Amino acid sequence: MAGFRRTPRGVSARFTADQAGILRSLVAQVADLVGGPGSAEAPVDGPEGPGEAANGGLPADFAAILGTDSPPEPPEDPVLARLLPDAYGDDPEAAGDFRRYTEPGLRSGKVAAARTVLATLPAAGGRVRLSAGDAEAWLRSLNDVRLALGVVLGITEDYEHEFAGLDPEDPRGAYLHVYDFLTFLQETLVRALR
Amino acid sequence: MSVAPAEVERPEADEVVVPDTPWVTIVWNDPVNLMSYVTYVFQKVFGYAKPRAEKLMLDVHHRGKAVVSSGTRESMERDAEILHGYGLWATVSHDR
Repeated sequence: MAGFRRTPRGVSARFTADQAGILRSLVAQVADLVGGPGSAEAPVDGPEGPGEAANGGLPADFAAILGTDSPPEPPEDPVLARLLPDAYGDDPEAAGDFRRYTEPGLRSGKVAAARTVLATLPAAGGRVRLSAGDAEAWLRSLNDVRLALGVVLGITEDYEHEFAGLDPEDPRGAYLHVYDFLTFLQETLVRALR
Repeated sequence: MSVAPAEVERPEADEVVVPDTPWVTIVWNDPVNLMSYVTYVFQKVFGYAKPRAEKLMLDVHHRGKAVVSSGTRESMERDAEILHGYGLWATVSHDR
């Protein structure tokens, strides 16, 4: 894969079906984690019709409902805690107030970016062409997926050395491969936007 | 934790008014965010020229954190909120 490159009308990249499938799956998982189950489904024009049918009867905009009552505590899930971090390291009360006012918008913004990726990346792969606005959403969404994988895998500054002797049977190996692919993809996208 | 000063002296009319101690937005290093991406975000969010954005990114990378903006508490919270949208690890604190 050559990654993203600049074209006269935006940026473009070509994906195999496997690459598209993996990326779509991870983006959807992050959307569901951040916005609640079913968040990855588009509310009206999803491939399977209205969101109610696809997510077990929950309202399609469950993310918005979840967001209105978000607790002022940092999430216990370590992935969510990284995606929705505290803004005050030494003042829990201020951190809670900040979270109460900003977390719903932060969650819905991340879900919207994920939906943009899902709407512009065909499941069968192929050529993806992005406007500047869509490319921005891709950057954010790719970053969210990499942050999530980074927590799950325990990525450090020195992870390439730490994982160098990984047992071939270790299931983290496949995810490391995906992490490196997404890093490459994001790097080429940043450069293409410059 | 930051608290308002217990006593505030009202300046006389001909005194120079010292601005309030500013609040700052701090971005912390993390092993996932790409150097190119962090530079891009600083340029995009703050409108910084590339050399300034790159210097800030390198400060974050090498020193573990950097002050990326300063001003009122409200505007710093707004900056942190935007940076969280980009996945950067940003906090707000009082510059003391």
